[in-house]
Formats: sequence, C-alpha cells, structure tokens
Amino acid sequence: MNKDDLTERFASILRRADRRARERRNEAIPTIYIVMSTCGLASGAAETKQAFEEALSDKDIGARIVPVGCLGHCYAEPLVVIDHPATGFPPICYHQVTVARARRLVRSYLEKGDPVFEYVLGALEENDLIPAVTDFARFNLEQRLVMEHCGRIDPDDIYQYIAAGGYSGLVKALCLEPEELIDEIETSGLRGRGGAGFPAGRKWRLASTAKADGKIIICNGDEGDPGAYMDRTILESNPHQLLEGLAICAYAVGADQAIVYVRAEYPLAVKTIKGAIKSAEGVALLGSTILGTTFSLNVSVFQGSGAFVCGEETALIQSIEGKRGMPQHRPPYPVEKGLWGRPTVVNNVKTLSSVPPIIKNGTEWFRGSGTETSPGTAIFSVVGNVKHPGLVEIAMGTSLRTLIFDVCGGIPNKKSFKAVQIGGPSGGCLPESFLDTPIDFDSLTQAGAMMGSGGMVVMDEDSCMVDVARYFIDFTQKESCGKCTFCRIGTRHLLNILDRITNGEGSEQDLELLGTLSEDIKLGSLCGLGETAPNPVLTSLRYFLDEYEAHIKENRCPAHKCRALTAFYIDLEKCARGCEVCVGCCPVEAIFTTRGRKKAIDQKLCVKCGECAVVCPPEYDAVLKVSPPELAPTLERTPDGK
Amino acid sequence: MVKLIVDGKEIKADEGRSVLQSCIENGMFIPNMCFIKKRQHPPASCRLCFVEIDGFDPPVTSCTEEVREGLVIRTDTAAVRRLQRTAFKLLMSAHHCEPKHCPVKGNCQLIRIAKHLNVGLTPKPLELLERDVEEEVDFAFFTYYPFRCVLCGKCVYICRQINGHNLLTFANRGFDTVIAFFGSGDPARFPCHRCGACASICPTGALVRKPECKRASGVTP
Ligand SMILES: Cc1cc2nc3c(=O)[nH]c(=O)nc-3n(C[C@H](O)[C@H](O)[C@H](O)COP(=O)(O)O)c2cc1C
Ligand code: SF4
Ligand code: SF4
Ligand code: FES
Repeated sequence: MNKDDLTERFASILRRADRRARERRNEAIPTIYIVMSTCGLASGAAETKQAFEEALSDKDIGARIVPVGCLGHCYAEPLVVIDHPATGFPPICYHQVTVARARRLVRSYLEKGDPVFEYVLGALEENDLIPAVTDFARFNLEQRLVMEHCGRIDPDDIYQYIAAGGYSGLVKALCLEPEELIDEIETSGLRGRGGAGFPAGRKWRLASTAKADGKIIICNGDEGDPGAYMDRTILESNPHQLLEGLAICAYAVGADQAIVYVRAEYPLAVKTIKGAIKSAEGVALLGSTILGTTFSLNVSVFQGSGAFVCGEETALIQSIEGKRGMPQHRPPYPVEKGLWGRPTVVNNVKTLSSVPPIIKNGTEWFRGSGTETSPGTAIFSVVGNVKHPGLVEIAMGTSLRTLIFDVCGGIPNKKSFKAVQIGGPSGGCLPESFLDTPIDFDSLTQAGAMMGSGGMVVMDEDSCMVDVARYFIDFTQKESCGKCTFCRIGTRHLLNILDRITNGEGSEQDLELLGTLSEDIKLGSLCGLGETAPNPVLTSLRYFLDEYEAHIKENRCPAHKCRALTAFYIDLEKCARGCEVCVGCCPVEAIFTTRGRKKAIDQKLCVKCGECAVVCPPEYDAVLKVSPPELAPTLERTPDGK
Repeated sequence: MVKLIVDGKEIKADEGRSVLQSCIENGMFIPNMCFIKKRQHPPASCRLCFVEIDGFDPPVTSCTEEVREGLVIRTDTAAVRRLQRTAFKLLMSAHHCEPKHCPVKGNCQLIRIAKHLNVGLTPKPLELLERDVEEEVDFAFFTYYPFRCVLCGKCVYICRQINGHNLLTFANRGFDTVIAFFGSGDPARFPCHRCGACASICPTGALVRKPECKRASGVTP
C-alpha cells in the first residue's frame, strides 16, 4: 500500500472539507442548529424548524438552519443552538424551543440581538456574558469519547465529519499492517459494548486468523431493550464515525463485506446510515479501492424486523440468512463460522464507533478514561424517575450515585430513591446500598446486574419491586424465541407466579419455586436471553425479599402499587361537607354521600383507578390509599344515600 | 476411535461424534427429545441431555459436545439431575398427558425419561399450563395437537431434509410457539409429497397422519 499516495488523496478531501467549513464561517450569518433526531422530532423539532423558517422569511432575515443529531439532553428537547457571531455572544443552547419560542427567538435575538435569557440552557463555550453549559454537572461530568460529535455536526454532510477530524483514523489505520492494528485495539483494552464486554481485539484476532475467504463484519444495531436508544442516536447523529470504525475493523481482519443491521423501527437511522454509506463511497472512503489502495469494502444495510432476540448474534445471523431468528448453540462462534458459514465479526454500534478515536488518539488516551479492566466510557440511556433523563456518556468506573444524582439531577418530586435497573430487561435491580458501585463490566455483574447494552431505569419509592420484576419477565417471556424448554416454558411459570403474588394470591411455596426455577432457567437455557431473563427476579428476591413477603404473608404492597392489595377511602375528617368534585369523576359511581353530607367509597364497586385521589382539591386531600385493603374503613351505603 | 470414561466405564466412540450419540450407541441412556442421529447441527433445544464433564463446572448438553480422547463424563450428578428434572417438568407442564387418547403406543420417550429420572408424569410442583390455542389444528394431510407437542423440532427438520423445503415451521414466539403448516387453497397443489416422515418422527403423537397419507419407511422417533 502506497502510504504517500493514500495520505495525499485524503489530504485533498480534507482540504475540500476545510474550505467548506471556512466558507460557512465566513458568511457571518447566524446559524440555527436544530436537534432533529428521533427524540427531537418526537418533541416537535419539525414544527420548530418550520416556525424558524417562516419567521425568518417573514422578517427577511438571512440565517442558515442546520439539522443536527442528538446531544443527549432529552429532557430539554426540542433543543436548539443559535450561533449569532455578529452579536458577540458565543453559540447559545436553548431548551424546549416550541413554535412560539422559535418565533420569539427570531424576533428578539436574530433581529434585535437580545438573547432571551429565560430560554437559555447555557452557552456552549466559556465566556463572560452567559453561564456556560459546562457549569452544569450534566455537562461537565460527562466525557464524550464516542459521542463527541453527536449533535454538533450535520449527520448528512460527510465533510462536516471530516473537518472535525473524521476518517483520519482510517487513514492512519491503512498505513499500519493489519496485525499492528489488532495489537493496538488489544492494548487499548476496548471491550464490546453490546452487553457481554468481550475484548474487541481478541475477537478481531480470532477472525483474522480464521482461514477462509469472504470474511464479514456485522454491526449490531438491533437495540431491542425497551427504553434504550444509544445506538439509534449514534446512527442518526454521527453515522460516519461508525462507518469509519467498520472500515478499520474490516481492514484489520481482512474482510471485504460489511453489514449494518438496524431494526426497521428506526426509519431515520436507516435513512441516515444509507445516505452516509453513499456519500462515503462517493469520495472513495468506502466501496472499491478505498483511497486508491487495494482495500475494498462493500457496506450494506439490513433491516431487522425488530424481535428482541435477533440482537443475539447467532439469531441475528439466522435472520440475515432469511431464517427464523432463533439462537444457535455456540461453538461454533461467528468468528469461526458465521453468516453463510464464513468467519464473521459481530460488534455493537458503540464498540465500532469507539475505534476511530482510539486509532486517532492512541491507546494511552483511551486508557486515560475508565478503569484498568474496563477502559473508556459507558453510554447509558437513563430513564424513569430522574430529573434529567437522557443519553449520557460517562467514564467507566463512575459510581451509580454520581450518574443518578449528579449527572441526571436525582429523583424528582421530593421522592426518595428505591432501586435502579441496569442492563435492560435482563439486568438486575440494585438497591440503595449499591449506589457506590462503580459502573464497569465486572462490578455490575458481581452485583447481580450487568452492563447490558446500557439501558438504565431509575425507580423511586413508589415502585413495587415485585411488580417491576413482573414487568420485565413479562417482556422477556414474550420475546423468548420459543426454541428451548427453560426459556419458553420456564419464564411463563415465573410470570404466572409473579402474577399470583401481585394479585395477593401467592404462597410461600411460590416464593421458593420462584427462586429455584430462576436459577435453573439461568443455568439451563440455550442462549443469553434465557440465561439472563431471571436476573430481575433473582436480584429483587435478594435485595427486596421483605416486599415479596409483605405481599404473601400480609396481603400488603409496601409501595401501594398492586391494585388487588390496595384500597382507596375518604377520610371523613378531611372531606369537605357539600363538596362533590370526586363524585362525577368516578367511572363506576362508587362514591356516595354519607349521612353527614360527606363522601365515602363503596369498596365493592371501586375499581381502584385513583381518579378521585387526583381530583380531590389539595386543600382537603381527603382520598387516602392504603394497603392491605382491609385497612380502609368500610361505610355501609344507606338505601337513600347516593 | 477415541476412548472416554462415562460414569466410571470406559467406552469407545467414533471421532467427531457427539457425547450423546456415543453414549446411546454404547447402551447408556441419556434423556433427550430433540436429538436426531445424523443431524449436522443439533438444535440443543430440549435441554434434557445434560452431563458433567470433568473440568467444566456447570453441566453441558451432551448432544453438542464432541467426544475427545480421555474425556471423563458423569451423567448422573446432582446438578445434572436437577436441571434434567426441571426441564422434564417444564415440558410436562405444557404437554397434556392423556394416556387414554394417546396415539403413541408403548415405547413413549417421555415415559422412558420419567422412569430414568425417577419422577412422575405430572409437572408438580409446577402447575399445568393452558395455552390459547386450538385443541386440534388441520394440516391438510395431518392433524396437529398443540397440547401434545414438545416443540422438539424433529418434524420441521425431517421435512426440510427430505423435501428440501420447509412445509412445516415454527410460528409465534415465547410460550405461544407452535408448529405451523404452510399451505392454503387446494391441497392437491401443496408441495407436500405426503411422505408422512414428520408424523413418523414425532415422538409425542402431536402430528398424526390422516388416512390418505403414506407411512414413511425407515423414519422413527
Ligand atoms: C437476547 C440478546 C439480545 C441482544 N441484543 C443485542 C443488541 O441489541 N445489540 C447488540 O449489540 N448486542 C446484543 N446482544 C449481544 C450480541 O449477542 C453480541 O454479543 C454483541 O453484538 C457483540 O458485540 P460486542 O462484542 O461489540 O459487544 C444481545 C444478546 C442477547 C443474548
Ligand atoms: S433461551 Fe430463549 S431465546 Fe434463547 S434459544 Fe432458548 S428459547 Fe430461544
Ligand atoms: S409435532 Fe412432534 S415432531 Fe414436531 S415439534 Fe411437536 S413434538 Fe416434535
Ligand atoms: S438432545 Fe441435547 S438438547 Fe435436546
């Protein structure tokens, strides 16, 4: 491979990218960056964009609108960054930019230079005029290695990625021998971000030494965990970094074909990655004879139809082969015999996206973040009861406490923390005593949870842990492929038992069965789905046994969540004589008037929807919820009482 | 030929064979439902054939384990039995055993396994599960009884093996998984040769041939 030739070719692409970036800056007109990934669109970013366009043309103001990917601050969506150099202000980030706010921003900031402080989230650069976003824990505790450019560049413009340093990792890689490249990834200590944390370098080496032609790289973007959207964000916000990683991996293992597996429910991600492949091929960064070298890589996109189990690598391969997505016994592992029997590397979106910065900045740089055995960063989508839900990238080894309370703002509504479910539906629920656990592959597994693909659900005091376990088992038993006995039938038994317990019909024998069956399913299942499905049950049994026992022995749900174990009643002391607010809201006419012209609930009719508790005026706050239901005082309905 | 030790006895086995097949050929029974002798990639789906291999801690499925010289295997440890009994009870909680109406005359593999594991044919302490499916499903030349089916997949495999395409397939997901038959409209036009291999290989009487269907020769459960 002629290195000079290669670097010269890339230099000319880079010059073009730089020229375009310079031209943009020199135009000196304001730029409006609008977050237009799926999360932004769901919050109304398309309407916001239209409002900007209309307001700009009404006022006849010249400004450029650039759609960008996700910054990860989902609580603040639609998010807009306005760079208005003429005012002397740095680029400013605005939160919740609705249509009305968009019009106001055009009127006040773009026309008159007043940055409308009440909408400002923060300035993107340190300055003397406006507090910078880096003053917030949410921004400064994050470490963006993989998502550095997400939300800052137009994902549909390859030159913006190149101007930001993109594809120089590939150029550097092509100047190395494949062997050296694998050594580099191995010393970096990069571990797979798809869940199991398998060392990426070792996987690549196994594939590179396999003696067969037509090796294949598959990027796993199936992402089936409910509530997880890290991979989608990367695909939508910076597809080129993934493609660059894919190309480096293919060169290292000697593959000439790559497939990006994306679920069809991610239409924007599919469109973005397809567009990105085309534009990379257009400048010879992908396709045949990349940058004039002998290395060629044909990249295609495969749309999965969204079964959770198809994220499992052998099921994923089956589904590409046109078969039913059922996991296969390993060995043989895909690196020996994968897609169409050929050696196949399956890596997660985040794993491959980590590769370019590692090659570009070196292994020392990468190892500078994270821990000895889990270097680098972890990307989590934090949802549930936190003030600032969204996508965060933090150094491995950060404690759960820092992530939940500092980065994500803690628990809202003055509630207290109860548990955190880590690793998606098959992860574990950890209680407060584990908040100082460092987030890395080994510590989480040791605690009974797992890194998984990075879904995290935070739960406050109002969550019932039995109900939570039931929720996750319900998901996994539905998503079981149905192939093997333990997972297909065993998880259904777990669900039935949990149903019984949350309905107040559980027995002590059920509790015992729950534990032993969970252990057997874990040991006996064929694939990772069954092997991990009982985790929510096992961890909640381990850390919240008292809640199970309260359900079974006392007919009581400590969180007042399980309907069969709770009851509503009206405190006659608090109820205001003559007030009728709750009567009309009850869907089953269970509320009647007592002799003292107060209200009471007929327990036989009540369906426990809780509407009366919602509508009862806060100054009375007379509707109370109790568990066990026997605690509710019963008032007989008098024949004349309505 | 390689030599291995199973439950303290030395046996000889052909290289490349699975531990399960070698044991069976040497007259040592290991519970199994989904295993087919000449099948290349065992589905390993019934999860009954666990054994313990010295040096590997948790039990492994013997149908997926190749024999190697000097392998030391135990087929009856406590851990093995625990998993096998649970797997068997799980199957029996979804397989409605009705000896009076059962077309499997004698030689029932499930009964054989129950005896081997020293358990009854009931799923206790697990409950018998109901499923939201028909009692009988019409498969043109066959009748399918979902409540008997243990989803061993043998019928799907043999049909593909003999006819080169899948007339039978798995359908649905999770506990609702069943065997389905491709074909609608005029049965005379189905690409089914009515060889009857699927019904012959079915170990549970879940696939029963109608009178117009042949009886496959040389195919047994
Ligand atoms: C039930 C199940 C679902 C999975 N889903 C995904 C997924 O959505 N994305 C993913 O990258 N890996 C998923 N995996 C893990 C893959 O099997 C595989 O280990 C991973 O893609 C390897 O990539 P890595 O080495 O980069 O982590 C799943 C595994 C199981 C058992
Ligand atoms: S563990 Fe579940 S998902 Fe995996 S092969 Fe068995 S049935 Fe299918
Ligand atoms: S019909 Fe018979 S052969 Fe087919 S999967 Fe069910 S039990 Fe096995
Ligand atoms: S015979 Fe091995 S798993 Fe069924």
